[in-house]
Amino acid sequence: MSLLEVKDLTLEFRTRSGTVRALENVGLTVDKGETVGIVGESGSGKSVLSYAAMRILDPAARITRGSVHFAGQDVLAASEHDMQQVRGREMAMIFQSPRTALNPIRRAGRQIEDVLRVHTTTLRSDLRKRAIEALAQVRIPDPERRYQAYPFELSGGQCQRVMIALALACDPQLLIADEPTTGLDVTTQAAVMALVSELARARGMATVLITHDLALASEYCDRIVVMHAGHVVEEAPTAELFRAPRHPYTARLIASTPTPQKSVDGLSSIPGNLPDLRRADLPSCRFLARCERALESCASQALPDVPVAAAHRVHCFNPL
Amino acid sequence: MSAVAANSSWRHLKYVATENPVTLAAFLMFTGFVLMALVGPWIAPYDPLASDTAHALRPPSARNWFGTDSLGRDILSRIIVATRLDFGIAVCAVAASFALGAALGALAGFFGGWTDRIVGRVSDTIMAFPLFVLAMGIVAALGNTVANIILATAIINLPFYIRVARAEVNVRRNAGYVEAARLAGNSDLRTLALHVFPNVLPPMMVQISLNMGWAILNAAGLSFIGLGVRPPQAEWGIMVAEGATYIISGEWWIALFPGAALMLAVFTFNLLGDGLRDLMDPRTRT
Amino acid sequence: MSPVLECVELKKHFAVGRASRLHAVDNVSFAIGAGESVGLVGESGCGKSTLVRLVTRMLDPSAGDIVYRGRNIGFIPARVFAATPFRPKIQMVFQDPSDSLNPRHTAFDAIAEPVRRLGNGKPVAPQVEQAARKVGLPGELLPRYPHQLSGGQKARVGIARAIALEPDLLVLDEPTAALDVSVQATILKLLAQLKRDLGMSYLFVSHDLNVVRMLCDRVIVMYLGRIVEQGPAQAIFDAPAHPYTRALIQAIPSVGGRPEGRELLPGEPRSPIDPDPRVCRFFGRCPKQVDRCQKEAPLLRELRPGHFVACHFA
Repeated sequence: MSLLEVKDLTLEFRTRSGTVRALENVGLTVDKGETVGIVGESGSGKSVLSYAAMRILDPAARITRGSVHFAGQDVLAASEHDMQQVRGREMAMIFQSPRTALNPIRRAGRQIEDVLRVHTTTLRSDLRKRAIEALAQVRIPDPERRYQAYPFELSGGQCQRVMIALALACDPQLLIADEPTTGLDVTTQAAVMALVSELARARGMATVLITHDLALASEYCDRIVVMHAGHVVEEAPTAELFRAPRHPYTARLIASTPTPQKSVDGLSSIPGNLPDLRRADLPSCRFLARCERALESCASQALPDVPVAAAHRVHCFNPL
Repeated sequence: MSAVAANSSWRHLKYVATENPVTLAAFLMFTGFVLMALVGPWIAPYDPLASDTAHALRPPSARNWFGTDSLGRDILSRIIVATRLDFGIAVCAVAASFALGAALGALAGFFGGWTDRIVGRVSDTIMAFPLFVLAMGIVAALGNTVANIILATAIINLPFYIRVARAEVNVRRNAGYVEAARLAGNSDLRTLALHVFPNVLPPMMVQISLNMGWAILNAAGLSFIGLGVRPPQAEWGIMVAEGATYIISGEWWIALFPGAALMLAVFTFNLLGDGLRDLMDPRTRT
Repeated sequence: MSPVLECVELKKHFAVGRASRLHAVDNVSFAIGAGESVGLVGESGCGKSTLVRLVTRMLDPSAGDIVYRGRNIGFIPARVFAATPFRPKIQMVFQDPSDSLNPRHTAFDAIAEPVRRLGNGKPVAPQVEQAARKVGLPGELLPRYPHQLSGGQKARVGIARAIALEPDLLVLDEPTAALDVSVQATILKLLAQLKRDLGMSYLFVSHDLNVVRMLCDRVIVMYLGRIVEQGPAQAIFDAPAHPYTRALIQAIPSVGGRPEGRELLPGEPRSPIDPDPRVCRFFGRCPKQVDRCQKEAPLLRELRPGHFVACHFA
């Protein structure tokens, strides 16, 4: 049984300017201990998917189809009380912009204690000790002093470590990392990702890494799921995805990512723009307008789920 | 403005008005008040100043829809005619206050340093007084005229605009487009006036609208205690004052109707604020 | 031929509290030749934003010279620089197109602004249209407001605005950082093409080393306000000499890369406030430090022709 199982999830947002069909028939499975990357550009729905999994969606969101199961429990049907037991304890999340994700008027150590107090049975007298231990585990230098620090006194990398400490304080089974290193320097990014992957390995914790950086996903993920405009277009084990991408979008995405070997002329780009997800007349495949392999069936027929190889599936009528 | 731009501004106005029924209601009421202010004297059924003691203290009837006051004057007529005075006072006071306060606040927020300190101290000085008492003091000192009510209301309102303008400008001071404006050859003052300030207008529109309601109340309040507008001039505040003494003896209509007019006017302005902000903000344009 | 831009021992200090000073830019010297593209890399706090503001004359230096085609423009105060004939010659493309376009101005207005302020009185509309054509921005998008444009379109408006007056030096501050990868590719190609067609010099600031490698002839690496290495792009990437440059290049994720072998930098950068001039700025995080590194701060020296490093071990 998978740890996290999302099936056929379809959700939309009601806004002033129309209904945004943010996700359509999205499926995702995460097994115990594995690291799955969700890769996509802005508007792909990758963050929305993770918020749905934790049930922290905006109230304007409406789930019209599909299910989410975490450790066998039905997330969408669970009560808010039950979800509060799960969030932070079994399933945790770290966010982009670490400094803004922390409470600016509470000391770092206290914030970790908050999590411990709510979710564990730690004695009051032990809270401080455990908080400092948590800080040491994320390799913050001088944890005793950093315990007292406010977020504004910490650097971006340190704030991210504090957030990781917060997330991991109760030893969750699943960690969702939503663009955890966007905005951080590349050397800090390397250190933070190394930390996350080491802690995940040590604890047997499953990780979902949401990022727009393909190269980053390739280095840290066992499997990668590629999303475009609210659809999952392809999923495959990492090496396989880069060796033989089958969806035209995936191939273009890989070709437009700068690497040390490419020159500017060797970079590919993807023509056109993302479709407006508020339209009622969206084609079945939302990549249609930008795809040079489009067929007639791509506009009207429901997207197929084509198994290409072991654990490699693509949702395309005309895969590469 | 080119024909295309004018056309799209009109369309935008229609969009804002129809998209939110509350905004539409506010626009309609506001238009109603403005019309009353403009043509009031001509549509009033009776002469607002004509006393007719034979018909004094009559309750609302077919002849006098809102009844008559202690001197037999038709209350409805007086309310209609008073619209011009009350609105006039509010508009003048708010316009003056906004012009000066927003300018000072913007300069303080943009340049910081001594400009900020001096403007801040001026603003603090005004705020150190209970504002209504300060208004009373100004009118009492300078003379009991309508012009002085306008002046007093404008002065006590300055800190409000200074504060809002300063904060809004400060937030935008380091935005990319401000630097781009400098790179394009604009001096600091031009950058502030033509690039930053227009972006500050939408949030200020809400403030202006709320402020209008407050300015009307302020003017009415001063007249209520006998400062500013003198009888027999028709003004809502003075009418409420006149009516207050008659409530106990049962002539409720003398105070109620001018009070209701005041309430409706303030309500209209409050609702209008949101609509005005949407009108000014290009981001709500589709 | 004199370089388009030359910085000589440029320093910028900010007062912190009463007695301390933050050394944002400390003794930086470099030159940019005509048609040359120079990349500026470094992480947050290295001083590249300050350096960019100095070069574009939005900020006045504390010491040192900024020389444009042989004329010292560092002496001209930033406040009056807009009135000099140099202003249109040095322009900038900003990082976040959403933040750098005035929400109340149309794309046309944004591009027209420098033309109206600094142009030579010739009709504005043709110049705006020409700039839009050069960056591949369709004419029908010109009356639109920024919120009606996509990320890529906004980026093009920002570039059109910067090149409208045909500057000699274009400073690009992370021009593609806020864009999706697919859009980034288009903009990078556009920048490469513009460089070829218009012969401008670029000062390309970026944290994305792969992008810098693609577009730049030479690279300057900054750390804590100082240049730690500079040289031809190929040399810097293939054979980085400074330990910081090495760590930086190693840290870039790559497809199929193995993260395990990476040398991670421990700790945090030293404080830029009142730094001890005898201690190397990288001391404390450097994998190779010895006692000499805290007695004698290394100076930039020429390792190979055109390749300079500030390290005792290079």
